[in-house]
Amino acid sequence: MTSIYEPWDAARGAEIIAQHTHLEGATLVILHALQEAFGYVPEPAIPMIASALNLSRAEVHGVFTFYHDFRREPAGRHVLKLCRAEACQAAGGDALAARAEAKLGIALGNTTADERVTLEPIYCLGLCATAPSAMLDGRVVGRLNEARIDALVAEAQR
Amino acid sequence: MTLRIFVSRDAGAVAVGADEVALVLGLAARKRGTEIEIIRTGSRGLYWLEPMIEVATPQGRVAFGPVTEFDASSVLDAMISGGAHPLRLGVADEIPWLKRQTRLTFARCGAVDPRSVADYRAHDGYRGLERALALGPDAILADVTTSGLRGRGGAGFPTGIKWKTVAQISAERKYIVCNADEGDSGTFADRMIMEGDPFVVIEGMTIAAIAVGATKGYIYIRSEYPHAVEAMNAAIAAAKRAGYLGPRIGGSGHSFDLEVRVGAGAYVCGEETALLESLQGRRGIVRAKPPLPAHKGLFGKPTVINNVLSFAAIPFILAGGAKAYADFGMGRSRGTMPIQLAGNIRYGGLFEAAFGITLGELVDDVGGGTLTGRPVRAVQVGGPLGAYFPRALFDTPFDYEAFAARDGLIGHGGIVVFDDSVDMSKQARFAMEFCAIESCGKCTPCRIGSTRGVETIDKIRAGDRVPENIAVVEDLCNTMKFGSLCALGGFTPYPVMSALKHFREDFSAAPPRLQAAE
Repeated sequence: MTSIYEPWDAARGAEIIAQHTHLEGATLVILHALQEAFGYVPEPAIPMIASALNLSRAEVHGVFTFYHDFRREPAGRHVLKLCRAEACQAAGGDALAARAEAKLGIALGNTTADERVTLEPIYCLGLCATAPSAMLDGRVVGRLNEARIDALVAEAQR
Repeated sequence: MTLRIFVSRDAGAVAVGADEVALVLGLAARKRGTEIEIIRTGSRGLYWLEPMIEVATPQGRVAFGPVTEFDASSVLDAMISGGAHPLRLGVADEIPWLKRQTRLTFARCGAVDPRSVADYRAHDGYRGLERALALGPDAILADVTTSGLRGRGGAGFPTGIKWKTVAQISAERKYIVCNADEGDSGTFADRMIMEGDPFVVIEGMTIAAIAVGATKGYIYIRSEYPHAVEAMNAAIAAAKRAGYLGPRIGGSGHSFDLEVRVGAGAYVCGEETALLESLQGRRGIVRAKPPLPAHKGLFGKPTVINNVLSFAAIPFILAGGAKAYADFGMGRSRGTMPIQLAGNIRYGGLFEAAFGITLGELVDDVGGGTLTGRPVRAVQVGGPLGAYFPRALFDTPFDYEAFAARDGLIGHGGIVVFDDSVDMSKQARFAMEFCAIESCGKCTPCRIGSTRGVETIDKIRAGDRVPENIAVVEDLCNTMKFGSLCALGGFTPYPVMSALKHFREDFSAAPPRLQAAE
């Protein structure tokens, strides 16, 4: 299994940080950039960001932990996000989420033991008129029904 | 002759197969030896017909939908021959659902190529900016005030007053910030306009910059909207190339730079002061007001912060439409509102209409009731912080004050429809749960109250001392409503209290079957 992400490398991390330090309020931009490269924000990057932006380590850690998007560790090979907000609930999303959990044998917010699939809730993809909806590795899917959720889960497991 | 075919690249259309349809169209055309040009537009907002594709004809653009990849080939044949097809919808502009709208903000969305400045200009784009440059700041502010535009993010604060406040302060640096953190479930108008007509947002922000003397702007887009991020970035680059952003805009003495920033999955950042904190690279913690962002906003500088739809309404107003805009609407709600019909609904999508249309007309008549065909039991208006209304309140006109008078809010204009299978105590629980997940933690009523709310509603659902625990929930709601720092804690009581008030029968011991399923 090859990952689409680079393995953590401090020199590469420093390079990414340096690319963004000139921006106003760069912390989130840097965290996003690191996660895009490595698939998560490796712990050693936190003090590096703090030093580059002249912030305390606690401040950067505080920002990193505040936002739902940033990962402490790599996700599974595929990330399946199910929209769990009201519009998708109204369109039968609860039952489909339970179905996906049962098929994968994990609850929302977890990764399968083989590290292939991370299943996450997402609060609104803005596809509320074609609900229920989901996102698999950045690809959006709407009008989900049992057959479509099964196909998505199967695709994620491959 | 090259056939010009329009396929939406809107995320809502892509989610139901628009990319595959475009692909098959291209392959089928090659096979037939027909020259076609596929133009990827935004969505017209008729989502039950997506993927909806259109072909240019001498009679106008003829639409087909909903087209699947399996129909695309036969639809292409019908486009070539001009013949009949079961999915043929006729001339797009004449489709009744579209024709009965008042599209001022969304006039171009779905019709134009969102990557092309030239196409934007060909459809009356940048007329507002050209006039604004000729008018100067004072006259721009007068026009915005005349239009009666109120903040479309939900709070409904008069835009003219906000801008005037920033204009009157002298500072070496001022900012324009666009709140594109559209986190409310059931709303997607910001996403649609950013993907379908991004230049209208850029033009609106540029006009604001000229009015108040700002030189730098940010669009804060939520990370859940990657298509919108891509569309806005492409449009900003195109506007820069065309001289509509950067130094000396349109040959004038004004300069204005614009940058997209991406959120990181925190709902509370839709609150304007939390958004400013986040833009500064900090935790999205709500600030106490005063000082207002107009006085001390981004990096402590005077800042205009408005919702996407507020900025998108500006070009029409500045293109000589201030009076015309104000002529639409009712009471203190002037102009049009892009209303979003969502959830369990037959005809879901974007319906822009003058304020005053009733909730019942929107849900039953425009929306066609539920998709499941079961009776409509409840609708939630205004996102996760909006009240649930029963059918008995369907005579409420879409108007800020009329909804407030009935303990509701129109918020960002989203309407989520539920059929009679909904369990309203579960929805009330979700409102509290969502608040607990998303609370920034700064104020106690929101941080603690939401968690206590979940626990207490669980007790009610389990049949534990129901009347006493309902009294506890009501008390919690009052504390949250009056004691929270921002709308997250302050408005979470709306869905909870409205569910209790209008659907009290759902708050008692749950049947054993449901308890077992929890």
